[in-house]
Amino acid sequence: MSVSRLIVPRLAMQSLRNRALTAFLTVLAIAFSVTLLLGVEKVRTGARQSFADTISGTDLIVGARSGSIQLLLYSIFRIGNATNNVTWKSYDDIAKRPEVAWMVPLSLGDSHHGFRVLGTTPEYFERYKYRHGQTLKFAAGGPFKDLFDAVIGADVAKALGYKVGDPIVVAHGLGSVSFVEHADKPLRVSGILEKTGTPVDRTVHVSLEAIEAIHVDWQNGMPQPGQNISADDVRKMDLKPKAITAALVGLKSKLATFKLQRAINEYREEPLSAVMPGAALQELWGLVGTAETALAVVSVMVVATALLGMVTMILTTLNERRREMAILRSVGARPSTVLGLLATEAGLLTLAGVALGVVLLYAALFALRPWVDATYGLNLDIDAPTSREWLMLAGIVVAGFLAGLLPAMRAYRLSLADGMTVRT
Amino acid sequence: MIAKPLTEASCADVVRMEGVRFRWPGARGFSLSVDSFALPVGQRVLLVGPSGSGKSTFLSLLCGIVAPTAGTLDVLGTDMTKLSNSARDRFRAEHFGIIFQMFNLLPYGSVIDNVMLPLSFAEARAKRASRNGPAVLEAARLLKSLGLDAADLAGHSAAALSVGQQQRVAAARALIGAPELIVADEPTSSLDGNRQLAFLDLLFAEAEAAGSSVIMVSHDEALGSRFDRVVRLDEIATSQRGIPA
Repeated sequence: MSVSRLIVPRLAMQSLRNRALTAFLTVLAIAFSVTLLLGVEKVRTGARQSFADTISGTDLIVGARSGSIQLLLYSIFRIGNATNNVTWKSYDDIAKRPEVAWMVPLSLGDSHHGFRVLGTTPEYFERYKYRHGQTLKFAAGGPFKDLFDAVIGADVAKALGYKVGDPIVVAHGLGSVSFVEHADKPLRVSGILEKTGTPVDRTVHVSLEAIEAIHVDWQNGMPQPGQNISADDVRKMDLKPKAITAALVGLKSKLATFKLQRAINEYREEPLSAVMPGAALQELWGLVGTAETALAVVSVMVVATALLGMVTMILTTLNERRREMAILRSVGARPSTVLGLLATEAGLLTLAGVALGVVLLYAALFALRPWVDATYGLNLDIDAPTSREWLMLAGIVVAGFLAGLLPAMRAYRLSLADGMTVRT
Repeated sequence: MIAKPLTEASCADVVRMEGVRFRWPGARGFSLSVDSFALPVGQRVLLVGPSGSGKSTFLSLLCGIVAPTAGTLDVLGTDMTKLSNSARDRFRAEHFGIIFQMFNLLPYGSVIDNVMLPLSFAEARAKRASRNGPAVLEAARLLKSLGLDAADLAGHSAAALSVGQQQRVAAARALIGAPELIVADEPTSSLDGNRQLAFLDLLFAEAEAAGSSVIMVSHDEALGSRFDRVVRLDEIATSQRGIPA
């Protein structure tokens, strides 16, 4: 490497130091754009990972006839509502089929301070698996044994400050504020689950019988006037559920998945749908893909704008730096050195912007991660940039360097035209 | 031409120009034609001419920053017109020391950085500068001999110096590594009379010690007494603005 090539980065650094404020502002603009671009990417991959990690080891989800995405969203992610219920007889029929290894019913509809209440069986805590087959674990207490026991997720316990033994009152319907409560039949926290990073953390789990019990004297979403069955009396009643919202199904052999899915979809007694969680997730990604692309395009445009700002900054200082170029040429710098100086300057600015952007991103991730998790239920992993992200960063540096060629080419032409003195 | 008699020792020429033609690009480009010019070894020549007469274009041609469209330009036995652009740049870095009129230092560089700048582009010159020790000591020695204390100015950026100090730093930059030819473009125009002469005396003393020839352009013919020879540009060259007839 010639001596002149070695001096180019050093001169570029000194020149940048000489214009420290404008250079810093340019670096900051690039850094923010890089943070935005990577942030969008992190949220995108985080959201996909969170969704993909939410359910594992379940072969089919069964619900009333609807789209597969809708069924997946309301049964697993507690987003939206079912269009209809599944009768207990249908549930029983499917559970008795020879291909079925296990089946866990899910009953949704009520809430507690905005957290969904899920009616299920104790088997749920053994069968429900998330993130590469992990099972639910209890941080305190255990599954429900009594009719009015409830198991709460980690976020519910943290948000409401509950511990084992605390009473809770379930509200009828959804929403964080409810005026219709099952106050006559309070539940008791029997267990608190460990944090999973899934919607389980924001769920109050009760037995199917408890769901029946709190609704026994209700009709059409309201308490029946004049009918008030006490908690003690309800224990003596037959609380076998008449309907559920959905069910998780595990099969003895994966080979039977399509056969059972078709059988459920063609079930004659009532219109049902059976979906494979993985396939439904893929369908979901296809649906949100356009929005993701739009977001990515906006982020790329922000980066392009920042790089354009850098080019403008270099171009505006070019005229006052023509004498500097003439000096360099007089001491033997070739026009290519002048071109290299400007391009290196742009490269250094972009590199600094990218580095600062990555630092800002991780600082923001550390600072905002708990809030994002609590507010949106989005578990953002703080890990090293992926190969795709490294590629994006390298692409920005190359783009910055190439963008720098624009003022560099102009400086090159000016240095040729100026000779030893600046010609205006 | 106002000339002093040549000495016996200066019979070989550092620079020889014959029938050189050049025009800056563009329809209204300035053109310069030099019929004949020679600079003997070790001689100090003052080239005079009014503003706009083509002095800077002459120096750009002489230093190989621009190439003539016709004629021969021989410097130190090398025909500059035969060299490629990059070869001319390398040649200039090795054999020329150039002093500008004003603002001739990189404003963001330190005093020492500015003095040592040419060594970054000229390996042979860098070796000559470090013949008696590190090049930075040679830079400090040159500054001292030109009346500046390198230790006092160590932390200063070039932009913080007075005009007189800047001119001396520029002279040290031109002299470092003992180039065969020192080219100065009105380096004293911003100094008063006494300072002009003092600056020239210091410059010539160092140039003589290094064995360098000096060519300086100025519009001030009064400086001629300090030079071996004074050349009027309009006597050796013709210039024209716009398209030549």
